Amino acid sequence: MDGRGLLPAGVESPADLVGRLADVGYLADEGLATAAYLGLRLHRPLFCEGEAGVGKTELAKALASVLGAPLIRLQCYEGIEASQALYDWDFPRQLLHLRTAEAAADFDPAAVEAELWSRRFLVARPLLQALEITPSVLLVDEVDRADDEFEAFLLEVLSDFAVTVPELGTLRADVPPAVVVTSNRTRDVHDALKRRCYYHWLEHPEFEREVAIVRLRVPEASARLCAEVTAAAHALRDADLLKPPGIAETVDWAQALAALGAPGLDPGLAAATLGAVVKYREDVERVRSLDVGALVTRALMGA
Amino acid sequence: MSEVRVLPGAGGAEPDPDDPVRMLVGLGRALDSAGLRVGPDRVAEAVRAAVALDPTRRTDLYWAGRLTLCANPDDLPKYDAVFAALTEGDLPRLRPGAQHLVRAVPVALAVPDAGGSDDEDTEAGAETVLRAAASTVETLRHKDVTTLGAAERALLDRALAALSLPGESRPSRRRRPSPHPGAVDPRRTVRALLRSGGELVRPRWTRRSVRPRPVVLLVDVSGSMSGYADVLLRFAHAATRRRGARTEVFTLGTRLTRVTREMTGRDPERAMGAVAAVVPDWSGGTRLGALLREFLDRWGQRGAARGAVVVIMSDGWERDDPAVLGAQMSRLALLAHRVVWCNPRAGRPGFAPLAGGLAAALPYVDDFVSGHSLAALEQLARIVAGVEVRGA
Repeated sequence: MDGRGLLPAGVESPADLVGRLADVGYLADEGLATAAYLGLRLHRPLFCEGEAGVGKTELAKALASVLGAPLIRLQCYEGIEASQALYDWDFPRQLLHLRTAEAAADFDPAAVEAELWSRRFLVARPLLQALEITPSVLLVDEVDRADDEFEAFLLEVLSDFAVTVPELGTLRADVPPAVVVTSNRTRDVHDALKRRCYYHWLEHPEFEREVAIVRLRVPEASARLCAEVTAAAHALRDADLLKPPGIAETVDWAQALAALGAPGLDPGLAAATLGAVVKYREDVERVRSLDVGALVTRALMGA
Repeated sequence: MSEVRVLPGAGGAEPDPDDPVRMLVGLGRALDSAGLRVGPDRVAEAVRAAVALDPTRRTDLYWAGRLTLCANPDDLPKYDAVFAALTEGDLPRLRPGAQHLVRAVPVALAVPDAGGSDDEDTEAGAETVLRAAASTVETLRHKDVTTLGAAERALLDRALAALSLPGESRPSRRRRPSPHPGAVDPRRTVRALLRSGGELVRPRWTRRSVRPRPVVLLVDVSGSMSGYADVLLRFAHAATRRRGARTEVFTLGTRLTRVTREMTGRDPERAMGAVAAVVPDWSGGTRLGALLREFLDRWGQRGAARGAVVVIMSDGWERDDPAVLGAQMSRLALLAHRVVWCNPRAGRPGFAPLAGGLAAALPYVDDFVSGHSLAALEQLARIVAGVEVRGA
């Protein structure tokens, strides 16, 4: 390996990567950029953990844009199996092939048998796709939702960047893909898997960065609206809600208010669009009992 | 890729901020003694990462170490404390950080009084009152819970045996082959078709498989529970040995501590020793409501309590406003499959659920049991397993 790994030309430090990510609309802080830099350079998967809505999944999309590589996404869920994540045999096509071969005059059972278990009848699922397409960015989303048995499959893929198909042998990536594994931490992922990765814990961004993110994502909103919405979202995070708003909610809220043509966050509009940020009935009641206007003023003073 | 050489016999490595390799080796060892599982492989990984960055920059060393030596958010405050102790100046943390993560953590660099169990006898009487009052300040002491009488041991062994029940189950999304008609299994059917050269065969079937429900145990280790905490933790250890099922164990004192990790391993003595080492607040006061909220925020709502059988083992003495506990219990009841409250004091004659916290919590409890005796624990095991259901 050349020691630069998947780093795009011109990226010599984490700071350069911050710039590239910003170009594609993702504002990373130093820690995250360092993690991504090391991951790309040393071919290590990135294990991102954090609250919902702090931008774990977005990171993979941004990296794909920076690298100009396709994003291959594997959404994990309970009961996911190798045939849905790694590969599957295309049985109907195999059958069709068999029938066609039988009908031919020069039917050679041994040769047809060998053909049946060749690469052309193998359907690549996300993990195998990511190994075969180079370069690519593989997003293994919400790995904590899968059963722990599934981690064993993942382990082989992420440590050797290879998949073993019993009928076919081992398929290996020429250049390992960039890998982002995300977890919401509903359960502890096994240490063996984390040990293969760089571990990064994402936090909600600080005020200034979040305002910048909202402005970038919702260009139609005024600067004042962005700052006020972000301040309110920050205040709500401290307001003891069942589900504190993430960045995605802040962006949604700003979008909703901008669509209504609001120049800033006034209590009436805020109450009308609360559904964009607060997703529980209990939380809605709690927020209504707070004075949103005062909340914003106080938050802006504090920021 | 540059070859990385970890110093042979890292025993002699003193942390030296000017030498990145020695610095990271020293960091690894200090973290190891602070309870993070940091082996030489991880340290080598940290060095490799540092070399890929700029190892002369303190910030880069910080991130190289943090990305490779930490494995979950609970590690981060320990890492920050150790890193700050080994190097000087402010941490390159980006903002004050989510408050729930930044907590004072006992680091092995400054070991608190090791002879905790000795001075307990002498000070116990005079200090009991004081301690209960000062409990919010926290009694950060290590307590040896591995000394048990033979009779008690025998009793517990039987309790463990009673627990080896399969656990309540629920249908899983995963399907498995079945001999009986149900949903068709296309994979196996076509494979059989292929084997017979494309001739039609009997279709193959699948059925839903079942999985045991997760169990979450919240064990109160505060002062008022001191006589029972050890037994209950052993019960928890036995519960974590259920095969193929998730069991999470937390202790509640002045703070919430996750001890699932310490509970792994077959030997109960070793597990109890590990638990005693990580739980900082034996015999403090209880803030059940606040801790339950912390549990739900950090673990429960994200999935640990969803569809689970949640067992709270506590006498329900709440130092704060019982209304907080009531509100959190209603949250828990919405998430969990079943909520079981086990109160060792409920076994006493003339018991009435008068403890403020308990009274507030009871409306949300599906099963209310005592846990003061072997028989009571066996009953609890049956209830956790879904064999027996008893109304609150």
